[in-house]
Amino acid sequence: MPGAIPYEIYPCGDHAITVSWGNRIDHAINQKAVLFGRQLKQLAVRGIRDIIPAYASVTIVYDLGLLVKEKNQKTVYASMVDLVHNLLENNMEQIPDVAALKQIPVCYDQSFAPDLPLLAKLHEREIDEIIALHTGTVYRVFMTGFLPGFPYMGKLPAAIASPRKESPRAFVPAGSVGIAGEQTGIYPVDSPGGWQIIGRTPVRLFDKEKINPCFLAAGDEVQFYPISLKEYHQFKQ
Amino acid sequence: MSLFITKNGLLDTLQDGGRYGFQELGINPGGAMDCIAMRLVNILVGNHPFEPVLEMHFPAAEILVESPMLIALGGADFTAVINGNEIPLLHPVLVQKKSILKFIRRKKGARIYLSVQGGISAQKWLNSASTDLKTHAGGFEGRALKKNDRLFCKETTRSGMAKEGNDFVLFPWEANSGKLYRKNSFRFIPGFEFGFLPGETKKIMLSTNFSISSLSDRMGYRLEGEPLLLARPINLLSSAVTRGTIQLLPNGQLIILMADHQTTGGYPRVGHIISTDFSSLAQLSAGDEFALEAVDINIAEEAMRQQEIDLQQIQNACNFRLNDFFHLE
Repeated sequence: MPGAIPYEIYPCGDHAITVSWGNRIDHAINQKAVLFGRQLKQLAVRGIRDIIPAYASVTIVYDLGLLVKEKNQKTVYASMVDLVHNLLENNMEQIPDVAALKQIPVCYDQSFAPDLPLLAKLHEREIDEIIALHTGTVYRVFMTGFLPGFPYMGKLPAAIASPRKESPRAFVPAGSVGIAGEQTGIYPVDSPGGWQIIGRTPVRLFDKEKINPCFLAAGDEVQFYPISLKEYHQFKQ
Repeated sequence: MSLFITKNGLLDTLQDGGRYGFQELGINPGGAMDCIAMRLVNILVGNHPFEPVLEMHFPAAEILVESPMLIALGGADFTAVINGNEIPLLHPVLVQKKSILKFIRRKKGARIYLSVQGGISAQKWLNSASTDLKTHAGGFEGRALKKNDRLFCKETTRSGMAKEGNDFVLFPWEANSGKLYRKNSFRFIPGFEFGFLPGETKKIMLSTNFSISSLSDRMGYRLEGEPLLLARPINLLSSAVTRGTIQLLPNGQLIILMADHQTTGGYPRVGHIISTDFSSLAQLSAGDEFALEAVDINIAEEAMRQQEIDLQQIQNACNFRLNDFFHLE
């Protein structure tokens, strides 16, 4: 029963608190965190600026300057702790987890996959087997962070989990699909980065002109499918 | 009404109170590094305190004031001159058209703020005009200003008062920011992993000085000091971090996250600078030294409450003087 997962609450600075369900990557725990974040967001509590789910936690950032003027006896922090406790203890199970399954094309052509041959060697498998394993699993977006819209997805099949690169690349192009540990991710914008790059998607994960600028959010489900270089260039979003 | 950049500065961007509500997507809040200075320069010209302002580092841009306007400068002291005459910080100044605003020498601080009465026109992205250099959005075309850029300002009636003959009129009151800033020591509340530090490491963190390294920018300040050692490595899942979070890097050095910080991180969080001290910290530059002083959440909130009261009093006084001044004319 998810309600039974123990949690703790602590300050993340004087203007934020974190609710943590421990320190491991787990589907049920992450689901709990994402649902809690959505539920809190719906309440539209005055003074709350950001609700940030992560693997096994949610951090709530608030406008201390505003709230501190309105506090009476209690600290703003204590009021926030009460709010979180009440929500977690009372009506947690009301919002169903509706995960959107998003199919994302990936071109594994060697021109986009500088680390694929090395990973094949590391895992003693053919490149096609690595691709089959990477595309054969439905992943959960545990969180976004690092870059706008960068999804931390997992878990990878153990057979292709791989360490980060020893020294990060100075430039990883937008759309690059990478592996780090049991995670897979996609670089939404050009950036330096240390993940093993195994392909590239033509899907734009970040578009600042859109009202919802990021293609993926925590709680989404993702499955990759392979496309050729030609299909990559012909792809229209 | 416009300002024209006649010479590049090092890093001059439009900033406001920050872009909140999108950190769950990995979009950082940004905003003015020294929020007190942003608020004071806005208050001095009668703007909303969070109106977009120009944040400049040294060397700062050279600016042609193309139309008469009421401005204020605050934060760092870069020896501002209008047509060669030095003007003090934190006063409203009515500037005549075709005046040149320059910044000659850095006396103290790291960032200076310029406000214009009525506000500087800026592009909003996700509810904020702050320039996001990573996504090239918000502010002025999502980038730092450069030579030949023209910033438009909203028209106001009061700027029409600049009389021919005077380069500028310095208004005779200032916003006293003395008690809003600290030096030498900054307060933090212990972070979740502070408790994992060995006793000796805690002692070093609380009793020695740290200096700002040259690898410091709007994203974060890397500190240099005696290394803080752990008994054994702490492996953490990534979780959200905030402005002011003090992370312990694997090499034993600290980094303090500033306005353009990443939204999540996985290094041990040994502390969090209190919000009241963010602006003071934002005025430090490479080589500056300071100590870290542990406080609890009660002290942090009380300090913030007092800061808000002080800023409100300054705002009330400035509004009174400004209204009085224009009324008498």
